[in-house]
Amino acid sequence: MKKDIVLCGVGGQGILTIAVLAVSAAVKEGLNFRQSEVHGMSQRGGSVECHVRLSDGPVYGDLVGRGRADILIAVEPLEALRYVEYLREGGIIISGTEPFKNIPDYPAVETVLEQLRKTGAKCHLIDAAGLAKQAGNSRAQNVVLAGAAAHFMGLEKELLLDAVRSMFGHKGQAVIDLNLKAFDSGFNAIN
Amino acid sequence: MDKLLLLGDEAVGRAAVDAGIGGAFGYPGTPSTEIFEYLQEHAALTHAFRADWAANEKVAVEEALGMSYAGKRAIVTMKSVGINVAADPFVCSAITGVNGGLVVVVADDPGMHSSQNEQDARYYADLARIPCFEPSDQQECYDMARAAFRISEENGMPVLLRLVTRIAHSRAPVSVSAPDAPRKDVNLPPADSLDWILLPAVARRRYPELLKRRAAFMNGRDPAVWNRIVKMPGAPAAKGIIACGTGANYMLDAFELLGVKADYLKINCYPVSPALIEEFIRGREEVLLLEDGYPYIEERLLGLVGRGPKIRGRLDGYTEATGELNPDRAALLLSKFLGGKAPSAAYAKPRIPERPPALCQGCPHTDTYKALKEALSTRQPGRVFGDIGCYTLGALPPHNGINACVEMGGSVGMAKGASDAGLKYSVGIIGDSTFGHSGITPLLGATAHNTPMTLIILDNSTTAMTGAQDSLATGDRLLNIVKGAGVASEHLRIITPLPAKHAENVKIIGEEMDYRGVSVIIARRECIQILGRKK
Repeated sequence: MKKDIVLCGVGGQGILTIAVLAVSAAVKEGLNFRQSEVHGMSQRGGSVECHVRLSDGPVYGDLVGRGRADILIAVEPLEALRYVEYLREGGIIISGTEPFKNIPDYPAVETVLEQLRKTGAKCHLIDAAGLAKQAGNSRAQNVVLAGAAAHFMGLEKELLLDAVRSMFGHKGQAVIDLNLKAFDSGFNAIN
Repeated sequence: MDKLLLLGDEAVGRAAVDAGIGGAFGYPGTPSTEIFEYLQEHAALTHAFRADWAANEKVAVEEALGMSYAGKRAIVTMKSVGINVAADPFVCSAITGVNGGLVVVVADDPGMHSSQNEQDARYYADLARIPCFEPSDQQECYDMARAAFRISEENGMPVLLRLVTRIAHSRAPVSVSAPDAPRKDVNLPPADSLDWILLPAVARRRYPELLKRRAAFMNGRDPAVWNRIVKMPGAPAAKGIIACGTGANYMLDAFELLGVKADYLKINCYPVSPALIEEFIRGREEVLLLEDGYPYIEERLLGLVGRGPKIRGRLDGYTEATGELNPDRAALLLSKFLGGKAPSAAYAKPRIPERPPALCQGCPHTDTYKALKEALSTRQPGRVFGDIGCYTLGALPPHNGINACVEMGGSVGMAKGASDAGLKYSVGIIGDSTFGHSGITPLLGATAHNTPMTLIILDNSTTAMTGAQDSLATGDRLLNIVKGAGVASEHLRIITPLPAKHAENVKIIGEEMDYRGVSVIIARRECIQILGRKK
């Protein structure tokens, strides 16, 4: 088992949460891993990326190389396009469809989604913001995408759900339930 | 014992806890901040040691050296350029030597993700003539930091631990070992000892001792643990790779990816014994260097040119002279050196707009920049000297609010120098924490000569860029510091950077720019990130 995953989005969209859920489950499965994150200046509304490498063998480097990622998880579709070069042949894109428009020249969202489909990679475009809203809070779109990615990361769903419970444990049962619901709606969005 | 999930930074913090430190000293700076935050959290829970942010990195080293003098272990944390600020006490602490173990952690930033250069702290360890560790992964962060405290005490000198962004900010499972007992009491050097008094006569005696202890360390048992030659069966005899720090990881990944192999020398501890390098390169025709930073080892090897192997690296153009070592670059280099095909992007990225970082919605700095821009529009040729913090983003559109930004505190001295050259209107702009770090001393010079310049201090009551650490120069304290530095009270103005106050703020800034002496305007409004957290 070996999965190289690149996560991306805009600073503040919670891509780190997805990564931490993945490695929390990985540590329970006894896998080796690296999870590299972005801090500092780029967090301020800029494009951010995070790399997760899981393996039952040794993991050496902290980063995924271009053309080597099995999965690209994007909270935001323009960011999915920005990091598509990381994907290996046959890799999978899981992207939210809700644009985050904090730049003046953001293209029409339909164009962005069309460009994603045209890359040739297997695309799962998910209305993560809509599903998160249905679950109770549109900010939980990252957890929706984690649910969708659960099909492909090679990690047990139950362990990921445990990770959701312990991550939001200090915020009370209502927040846990909301996030579990968000996770499941993402999981069910993949046929 | 279960493995812990730790960032490289946190692994270093944990090692310091387990080494039984008496105190942690540091100034926030990406990618080092999380070391100190880990220690602060631990100190708040256990009260086992002190962990207070210092005014700047120089002060942090001095405080740690004082703790070491008093016989307790101390750690100092800073980012790459922080060691420039700390260089004076850092280099001289090698001559005084240490009493309690002293470890200085410098987190470098090759590729300049959050820094103004990609300087390499290994040169500082070399300059000070002290040992340096450079971990390859998070487990080594822990193990080397633990070893560094022991080595510091055994050899009587500080030890530098060099991290890079990718090690500092990557999480991995880490095993910890049994903690050392913290020291309860001070344990002072004899009162009549001259060792810590760096009069020339003493320093002339101490320096050769330092060199002797350094050589003993280099040839002792410790570097042999961390620097080792690995021979791979069936690897070409004519070629070899020297991989330092993270370089070893990218190399091992690339071996697997490309299906190639080579003998290699993995280096994690400096100074490296010339005998070890000699042993590795003997009989080889070509040696590739993998260093994440400057070509430090490469430069030293080039002394052998003419009788040794070809040295492949940054200096002969084999790879780019600048930038971060990463998996792409390593795979490309190894395929060039050993064969095999490096992967390339499977799916092309179309042309899309950039998304640079930006000031937050509702940030007080935005309102200050707007007011400043308007005040300047009728006062030409005005120039604005910026500083280090979130407000450096004021350089980008739509603000285009600063003309220069160099280093911490630089705004004040540069505004004075430009004014001395005859620039009318010379403006400096600096944050409260950065002003406390190194803006006060240059202001003393400006007030002494009543230089015509205006300094705007953005007081958002925190060190925002690195994640909201405490500021030592905010609120009334800041006001008193500025007054104490000699700024006349009628030219010390406070504005509230809010859209509703725009016209008033433009007027005040304009008035002070027209004044032909030192004026300071404090733009006081709390960082909205902090405000959000309080809600």
